[in-house]
Amino acid sequence: MASRIFDRFLIPFLPGARKCFLALAATSLAARSSLAAMQSAAPVPNIFKTVSTPADAIDRLSRFVLTITGLIFAIVFSLLAYAVVKYRHRGADDNREPPQVYGSNQVELAWTVVPVLIVLVIFFATARVIQSVEDAIPPPGAIQVTAVGHQFWWEFRYPALGVVTANELHVPVSDRANPTPTFVKLLSADTDHSFWVPQLAGKTDLIPNRVNSIWIDPHETGMFVGQCAQYCGTQHAKMLLRVYVDSPEQFAAWVSAQKQPASVSDSAAAGRKIFETTACINCHNISGTIANGRFGPDLTHLMSRDTIASGAAPNTRENLKQWIHDPDSIKPGSLMPAMNLNDADLESVTAYLESLK
Amino acid sequence: MSTESIALTAVHQPSRPFGVVLHSWVTTVDHKRLGILYILYAVLFLVIGGVEATIMRIQLIVPHNHFVSPQFFNQMFTMHGTTMIFFVAMPMVFGFGNYLVPLMIGARDMAFPRVNAWSFWLTAFGGFLLYFSFVGGYGLYGAGAAPDVGWFAYAPLTAKVFSLGHSTDFWTLGLLVAGFGSIGAAVNFVATIFCLRCPGMTLGKMPLLVWLDLVMAVLVILAVSPLTAAQVMLALDRFLGAHFFDTQAGGSAVLWMHFFWIFGHPEVYVLVIPCFGFASEIIPVFSRKPIFGYPIMVAASVAIAFISMSVWAHHMFTVGMNSYGNTFFAMTTMAISVPTGIKIFNWLGTMWGGKLIFKTPMLFCIAFLFQFLIAGLTGIMLSAAPFNWQLSASYFVVAHFHYVIVGAILITIFAAFYYWFPKMTGRFYNETLGKVHFWLFVIGFHLTFDFMHIPGLLGMPRRIYTYEPGRGWEIWNLIVTIGVFFQIAGTLVFVGNLLYSMFKGRPAGNDPWDAWTLEWSASSPPPEYNFASIPIVNSRRPLWDIKHPEDPDWQYE
Amino acid sequence: MSTVAHTSAPIETQWSLPYKGQVGMLALIAAESAIFTIFVVAYIFYIGKSLFGPTPREVLELPIFASICLLSSSLTIHAAGGALRKASLGAFRLWWFVTLALGSIFLIATGREWYHLIYEKGLTISTNLFGTTYYSLVGLHAFHVTVGLIGLFTILLLALFGKIHQEHSKNVDTFAMYWHFVDVVWIVVFTVVYIIGR
Repeated sequence: MASRIFDRFLIPFLPGARKCFLALAATSLAARSSLAAMQSAAPVPNIFKTVSTPADAIDRLSRFVLTITGLIFAIVFSLLAYAVVKYRHRGADDNREPPQVYGSNQVELAWTVVPVLIVLVIFFATARVIQSVEDAIPPPGAIQVTAVGHQFWWEFRYPALGVVTANELHVPVSDRANPTPTFVKLLSADTDHSFWVPQLAGKTDLIPNRVNSIWIDPHETGMFVGQCAQYCGTQHAKMLLRVYVDSPEQFAAWVSAQKQPASVSDSAAAGRKIFETTACINCHNISGTIANGRFGPDLTHLMSRDTIASGAAPNTRENLKQWIHDPDSIKPGSLMPAMNLNDADLESVTAYLESLK
Repeated sequence: MSTESIALTAVHQPSRPFGVVLHSWVTTVDHKRLGILYILYAVLFLVIGGVEATIMRIQLIVPHNHFVSPQFFNQMFTMHGTTMIFFVAMPMVFGFGNYLVPLMIGARDMAFPRVNAWSFWLTAFGGFLLYFSFVGGYGLYGAGAAPDVGWFAYAPLTAKVFSLGHSTDFWTLGLLVAGFGSIGAAVNFVATIFCLRCPGMTLGKMPLLVWLDLVMAVLVILAVSPLTAAQVMLALDRFLGAHFFDTQAGGSAVLWMHFFWIFGHPEVYVLVIPCFGFASEIIPVFSRKPIFGYPIMVAASVAIAFISMSVWAHHMFTVGMNSYGNTFFAMTTMAISVPTGIKIFNWLGTMWGGKLIFKTPMLFCIAFLFQFLIAGLTGIMLSAAPFNWQLSASYFVVAHFHYVIVGAILITIFAAFYYWFPKMTGRFYNETLGKVHFWLFVIGFHLTFDFMHIPGLLGMPRRIYTYEPGRGWEIWNLIVTIGVFFQIAGTLVFVGNLLYSMFKGRPAGNDPWDAWTLEWSASSPPPEYNFASIPIVNSRRPLWDIKHPEDPDWQYE
Repeated sequence: MSTVAHTSAPIETQWSLPYKGQVGMLALIAAESAIFTIFVVAYIFYIGKSLFGPTPREVLELPIFASICLLSSSLTIHAAGGALRKASLGAFRLWWFVTLALGSIFLIATGREWYHLIYEKGLTISTNLFGTTYYSLVGLHAFHVTVGLIGLFTILLLALFGKIHQEHSKNVDTFAMYWHFVDVVWIVVFTVVYIIGR
């Protein structure tokens, strides 16, 4: 991303530096794409491989509870297995009945008191973590994000930074000495959703007419996946989530790029004209143009994202074209209508979107 | 026990025209026939619900599969859940309860036989109304067929604006009608158990199944009613423009969740508590010992029912309740594990030192004990609210509740089938086939539901018609689907065994298991009037007293 | 639980269990109470939350007369029950008729109140949250009153045809339990809607 911006703005002015910048750009681009390739290759959202403070707290509590329940299982399973083996009737079918025991006060008291104690221990451990996660107060360096759930995509706004994007959330890595966690306000534009990126935090729902809140405090960079976890309609399954935890420099660069209005490219002028005279502008926003719809994702920096349709397809020219031509072929039941453009117009509009870096 | 002998002759009907037989079944008010009707109805919907599950599992066997469309898949999980809870599990427990309770308390029928019939037919009609949606939903206002809003139908997805057409209305009205049937049946159970017990059978001398059916009936009365109220509210929203759950007008989506789960959590105890009753009747007989700790078993069951009315928001840990709310519901949910654990220990204590007979009913009960233990432990994990923030709405929860519903509830229902089949039909089932069913089903159950926990731990949410490759979920989904086919095989063996044995099974006498409760003193099957003269009992095991006059139970209770 | 033997068999005392009609009716009342509780909770939850439209204070008037009629009908049905137990069939029919009349007055008054609210104050079930919760709660109660009136009327007809005698006392008392329940619910609804909610 940064390399493309350098390309665009500096090359016309500093021809001598071009080779240098190109070399730098090439290296960073190569590094970036191999990192991206590694990350998008197989990210497993394992709830026990956490990288963020609230998720870590949950992970510790989970292991504690698992240990206790594991012990209970081992003991009771062994007793059951022993009884089933030892007391199985083998041999002749005599009519003798075993001793008829009706109960035992001491034994029954013991197996009441011990479970009560175990439950108390688990309860206090649980109460502590509930409080530490839910009642956390944002420190001064916290990033504030507002997430709005839609059928079937995610809107992300950074009010203090003036950034609006969709589906792929960028946050800075947080340093324990100087924490910069991200606090996300959760709203919904239509029905219930749930924000779940297992390695970063437990899930919290997005419910219309209600303001919820979640925070993440990642201490490792990387890309982490999740998806909507509350059934929200036909394409609930493809309302995917990506969270990019950037280094502070990467995050700052990303923010400053996102704040710019849409890039203007002469070669894409034809496509832009079609876009602006079609229904596209009713749903989509492109900063600096007349398109200011709110129903669909913000497209100002569409090409800064790795996927389209909330993760349903990689962000390539073919997929973009296919998505505009027939969204149901990628995400059947999504609320984007097929735009019924002829082939030439489709090519132009795709080229225009590809210019929105 | 009275010294009068009880008429034990089986009644053989001369063969009558089919129309007359059908008419007698449709107009019956006899609790035994209504019980069988409930059970057969449930078996039919068990097969249908199983087909729906199989379709889903085939779609999920590999990522990005195209076996069914997302729209159809969403209808499948909605109908599967709704069917299994309302039209399989509930009719099963009502059916067995209807059949057994009057026999076990020495009565001739339920308190209100006509209300009994009315309740059954209402429930049956509710199911047909729900399934009519497959046919009747199309073409009406252009959208929808079967409901696709999930079995708990969260608002505002169920509002007219998000659920076009009438699919959601079929869900609402079908369940509303069935709910009235359930409440009617529950009122009948309560009146029967309080008012029709034979002389000598105090509340402290009733069989545990009767106690547990009483507790279940009270729970139905207190829990199904809130669902009825919520569904009326939803219907008012959809038909008359009311705003109960209309978030655009200031309504609350969370209010629906509270109302639904105030029903939904006690509902699962409605399903499992009678199954505790089946286990409490079968395990003693096949261990040749009385139930260990009868008074505590009763107290624990009542405690479970009572506490179950206070835990409902553990289904809502992720909706953003404040830390006090989450802490309270975590506490009550953990508390309920204590009486539940006590019951497992009491069943263990019953088997301990006994003489265990491994006939098919007992095999299923033993599987129940192991499986219910695991289900309870994953329940404790889910009760720890922060852990729940990861596990809820994932396949871990799906695995947990299927572990209870299939691994505990359905398994004991199978046990009950085999145990009381000789009483209901006068014939034995085939024991070998019973064991084949058992092993096929248990292997399939563990393949499916043990491994289903893992995708949940790896971040796979529920209610998704497909999933991304590369998240580590593929191998587990494959194994889960393979297990389904073992369960199908086992179920087919079960149905085949029952159908065949109904006509060709070896004749069974009154008391094939050498058991101790009153139903075994009547003939197999019992005559319409149950007992020639109303019995008089002195202990919890009246037939033990008769068989062991030198060592009767009433000397020790 | 004792493992020590008792020496003698338990003595059989007189065996009497509750009357199944009343137990059944109590169970039904419990179920209905649960349904009403949910509607009351919804009402209380939404107090003050309407975003627009008329508020309770603006449009509701206390239905004092109707409430007195309904609550008195509990007294008259009790008197009717007493008369039947003493086999005074004439007094029974009279008190029973008065109960029916009082209940009918209540229902008619509710209808008039709704007419006024809908046509003169513009409040319907779809106007706002107040309209939704008001009509559903008061309407649910009115529905139960209607069912009760049908029952009262049926029993009155049977009584006028001479079919009700002293031995039907228990059955009539069971029905009266339902009517008392309807009255108690009205006390709750009145308090929540007309006192707390305003």
